[in-house]
Amino acid sequence: MKFFEDIQVGDAFEYGRHTFTAEAIKAFAVRYDPQLFHVDEAAAERSHFGALVASGWHTALAWMRLMIDYRRRMDEAMLARGEPVAGIGPALGFRELAWPVPVYVGDTVSYRSDVIELRPSNSRPQSGLMTFRSTGVNQNGAPVLSLISTTFVERREKPP
Amino acid sequence: MPKLYWEDFQPGAVAVYGPRLVTRDEIVAFAAEFDPQPMHLDEAAASATFLGGLGASGWHSCCLLMRIIADGFVLDSSSMGSPGIDEVRWLKPLRPGTQIRVRSTVLESRPSKSRPEMGLTKFRYEVIDEAGTCLTTMVTTAMLGRRQPGAPP
Repeated sequence: MKFFEDIQVGDAFEYGRHTFTAEAIKAFAVRYDPQLFHVDEAAAERSHFGALVASGWHTALAWMRLMIDYRRRMDEAMLARGEPVAGIGPALGFRELAWPVPVYVGDTVSYRSDVIELRPSNSRPQSGLMTFRSTGVNQNGAPVLSLISTTFVERREKPP
Repeated sequence: MPKLYWEDFQPGAVAVYGPRLVTRDEIVAFAAEFDPQPMHLDEAAASATFLGGLGASGWHSCCLLMRIIADGFVLDSSSMGSPGIDEVRWLKPLRPGTQIRVRSTVLESRPSKSRPEMGLTKFRYEVIDEAGTCLTTMVTTAMLGRRQPGAPP
């Protein structure tokens, strides 16, 4: 990760895309969210969704995995250039998570984050607090996921 | 047919669901698949992080909460899904070997204005350990089918 001082409000991170197959939707839901419209095509057709849909948690975790992979690639590139990398975390939680449109079988979702606030931390002065809005948009441009998260990011200049 | 409808969740109602034992193996397997960071994957690497030892991904806590409430009442209900989550706070790490429960409190209930067959119920969920310590809190709204669509609430 970049150091806190090197991040600006408005910085964007583009993580890439994830396609949701029926097999993956059901495999996730069987473990964590086995509502019929996530695990059974016939029941899903009779539901208000009209077809099998991914658990909202699945759409969020696809974002999480792509973000972690992105951060690792960024760290590796920085280390390859001989630059130090900043530690990130812990995250305190998240807020305003919305699932505006369901994710159906075969949908491809593009994920990104945008930095919306940077502020100092009183509890961990060696870090700053980064707040960012993350979004997932399907192949038709419709939003399927939005959330706001806050996490600690290490400062380059540590207070004495 | 569902046993539980929107009308069955009145503000102030409290219930506890679970328990579920969270093992080291499932913490590591979840993290390897969805959140592969050192503090969720490996004891030695985790001891050097802010968690001070292996702890579950916060998202794993959310998914375990979902599964516990699914088995607790959602699968017996007229659930129509959820529009989202107001807030999740990860207050304390979820360590391997912890037996968790979920305490549910109904905060608000209102009929949907646009869909007479549906009501909206806001819940606060708390993931609690054996000692009753709260590890994670979640506030979220559920969409639930109504037993009597369009009736006065």
